[in-house]
Amino acid sequence: MIFVLGPHLPPGHGSAQAAGQVTDNTVLTAIMTPIICLIVVYFVYALIAFRKRDGDEEDGSAIRGHARAQSLWVAGTSAVVIFLAGYGTWALLQTGSGGGQGPTPINVPKGPKLQVQVIAQQWQFTYRYPSYGGMETSQLVLPADRLIELHVTSLDAIHSFWAYGLGVKADAQLGTDNVVYVKTRGVKSFDIHCAELCGLWHGYMFDTGKVVDASAFTAWIGQQKKIFEPVAKYMPPFSTYYVPEPDRRAG
Amino acid sequence: MSAVAVSTHRSPLRRLIGFNLLGAIVLGAVGYYVGWWVGHQITATSLDYIGDSNQNDIALFLAYFLATVGFLGGLGLLNYPFQRMLGHPASTGHEEEDTRGWTKYIGFATDHKVVGLQYLIGIGFFIFYAGINAMLIRFELLRPEPNVFPAGQYLTLVGLHGTMMMGMMTSGILGPFGSYFVPLMIGARRLAYPRLEALTFWLLMLAGTFLTSTVFYGGFPTGWTGYAPLNDQANMGMDSYVVFFALVGISMTLLAINMLATVITMRAPGLTWGRLPIFVWGVVSTSILNVLAAPVLVTTLLFVLLDRTAQTGYYLSSVGGSQYLYENLFWVFGHPEVYILALPGFALVLEIMPVFARKPLWGYRLAVAGLLGVTLLSFTVWQHHLFMSGLNASLRPFYMLSTELISIPTGFIFLCAMGTLWRGKIRFEVPMLFALAWVFNFFIGGLSGVFLSDVPSDVTTHGSFFSMAHFHYTIMGALVFMFFGAIYYWLPKMTGIQLNDVLAKIHFWVMFIAFNSTFFPLFAIGFLGQPRRVVTYPSNLQFLNDWVSVSAFVLGASMLVFVANLIWSLVFARIPAEANPWGSRSLEWQVPTPVPSYNFERIPVIDSDPYPYGVEPSPRVGGPALTPAGR
Repeated sequence: MIFVLGPHLPPGHGSAQAAGQVTDNTVLTAIMTPIICLIVVYFVYALIAFRKRDGDEEDGSAIRGHARAQSLWVAGTSAVVIFLAGYGTWALLQTGSGGGQGPTPINVPKGPKLQVQVIAQQWQFTYRYPSYGGMETSQLVLPADRLIELHVTSLDAIHSFWAYGLGVKADAQLGTDNVVYVKTRGVKSFDIHCAELCGLWHGYMFDTGKVVDASAFTAWIGQQKKIFEPVAKYMPPFSTYYVPEPDRRAG
Repeated sequence: MSAVAVSTHRSPLRRLIGFNLLGAIVLGAVGYYVGWWVGHQITATSLDYIGDSNQNDIALFLAYFLATVGFLGGLGLLNYPFQRMLGHPASTGHEEEDTRGWTKYIGFATDHKVVGLQYLIGIGFFIFYAGINAMLIRFELLRPEPNVFPAGQYLTLVGLHGTMMMGMMTSGILGPFGSYFVPLMIGARRLAYPRLEALTFWLLMLAGTFLTSTVFYGGFPTGWTGYAPLNDQANMGMDSYVVFFALVGISMTLLAINMLATVITMRAPGLTWGRLPIFVWGVVSTSILNVLAAPVLVTTLLFVLLDRTAQTGYYLSSVGGSQYLYENLFWVFGHPEVYILALPGFALVLEIMPVFARKPLWGYRLAVAGLLGVTLLSFTVWQHHLFMSGLNASLRPFYMLSTELISIPTGFIFLCAMGTLWRGKIRFEVPMLFALAWVFNFFIGGLSGVFLSDVPSDVTTHGSFFSMAHFHYTIMGALVFMFFGAIYYWLPKMTGIQLNDVLAKIHFWVMFIAFNSTFFPLFAIGFLGQPRRVVTYPSNLQFLNDWVSVSAFVLGASMLVFVANLIWSLVFARIPAEANPWGSRSLEWQVPTPVPSYNFERIPVIDSDPYPYGVEPSPRVGGPALTPAGR
């Protein structure tokens, strides 16, 4: 399981967090495999060995329990569960797992970070780069081998920013700054979906992001700043979240 | 006790007038239009945006409310309270019911067996309807781009399917089989509150009708979770959802109170808690969940109603509220709801297995501990639905642990099933096939749940087709399979007619294979990155989606085999069933078929556990179990 299936489990190795999830999925699968084998073998054996034979109208044995078997089962399942919870917690604390941690994250990786804000609205994502004048683009481009600090928020309904290949998922909520960290690796493209039902065109709220090398990122960001400059004065100042005027019947 | 025959010579026209279903529909319609009219007369400064627009939520809520009152009044549900206030003597209404013939099945009834059959037909109808919606969803997903339904209609289909299934199936076992068999299994002549039982059924039918009516008001875009603030944006079709789930919640609560009161107070002499059939323990644990969880849902929806009508902002962060409040409240109900659906299935499996393995239930106390353990823990896990929401990051390890802990009592159920088969004489009759299918399906459902309870893994699986596959394995693979298992097991007692065994086995095998062929590939689709509830998806996932759709159509066809079996067996063949075709030793099989109006001529005395297999002579068969107690 570890060596055959493990490397092919999702979501791939596009970031440190995604690779951590692959390891996590592999461990879970490896733990389940002997349990599955045990249960399947038991049922196949029991259903064949204890099937009613023709002409046999007798009842089975009046066995009502077995204290040792029950104790063993309780101890075994408890041990597996405690291990799973312990391992999951350890894995979560290693990298933050790529899941949204809210406005006060508890797993903050060390090192310089590039802040990028993900703004969801019905029915598209846009991205602001606060360290580049708060410019906002409709395309997510990230530098390779950098620690990224994503701030996910929404302008209306609940959305969920799912960068599949990076192993990132964080709900976008109005009035909330949902922080998630991701350490990019090599150059690649990745799919972006909204993973929370957000209304009429939810199914069309997808996009493609890119991880590019440092020089390409610098060139792209420079180009985007020029494009953004004429509209910068009309934009609200950068904030961790935005609360538009209430619109009680928007869509 | 025998029914007194009363001659009722009334003309057909005269029979139409009175407190019956026709009267209920008429008064319900009157109530609807009165509510609608009153709603359009309400004006206030803060509400002036409503005007004559088609978005008058107040009018629709009032219409639904008065339609409910009118319908229940027309049905005769209010008669007894008024009669009692006027000094009439107390009565269960049984004697009068015995004179009504088949019409008692389409009206207000106090016989728990009649209500049980009403539940079976009513819930069966709405499940069939929700199943058709599922077929339409899969038809749409045959192609990556929309090909039949526009996006809005597709979302309404998704919402209708999920909401109808989740709402109706909360009572899918307790309603039909709990109502019918709990009194029989505990040696009682009736349920504690017969009229309340009837009320729960008709509330559920009204709820289903109201939800269906959403298509006339534009549908709703939120799926079964109804998240804010999308539920506030939505047009009037959302009101149908709100009223549906509120009525379902009220019905669930009352049904559970009735079941608990019955089991606590009306057990036959000698039927101690340690001798209760495991199905009754399942009903008790589910009822505890119902009583504690369903009122949360009703209250949650009350605030949605206020947000949509009185312009409050409980769930709207744009005006000072919080969508997190809705998410939390919904899942405080919503996760116990999953176990409200699952626990009766657990109990049914353990009820059926001893009969067909010809063995006592192995580990009875462990099984009870499993049911109660799941009940207790199910209230501590809800935030695993919100791992990605940005809420309480520091609490994620706790919810990961609590969610995984629930595997332990669930494992008890598996162990008891495994132990019951050990050294049995297993008979592969149709109810047993469904019970074994439950083991297979719920095992996959349970294991896949581990991925969703683990935060790092949940990043990929949450909100994807993986989670959809998981809960279909746990709900359809477990509950719906056991719903059918219970039908094949108990219908001979309920109707006195034997179902066709060949058609039943065809139904089972086609359903089992098609179910797994439909939902197993969804794990892969989710792992490959397809989110739930989307009308379009990447073209590289078309083959898998097409496979799933075709399998789903075969799954749908298996239901037609079931319907054909019902029609053939109950209408045409009508082969009388034996009084106890499975050789069960449970109390409900020891009463005659058809079951007499008051179940037991004398209340039995119970002097053994419910599964005396392999014990000679069996104390429950024709022996001391039915010894008259003289009351």
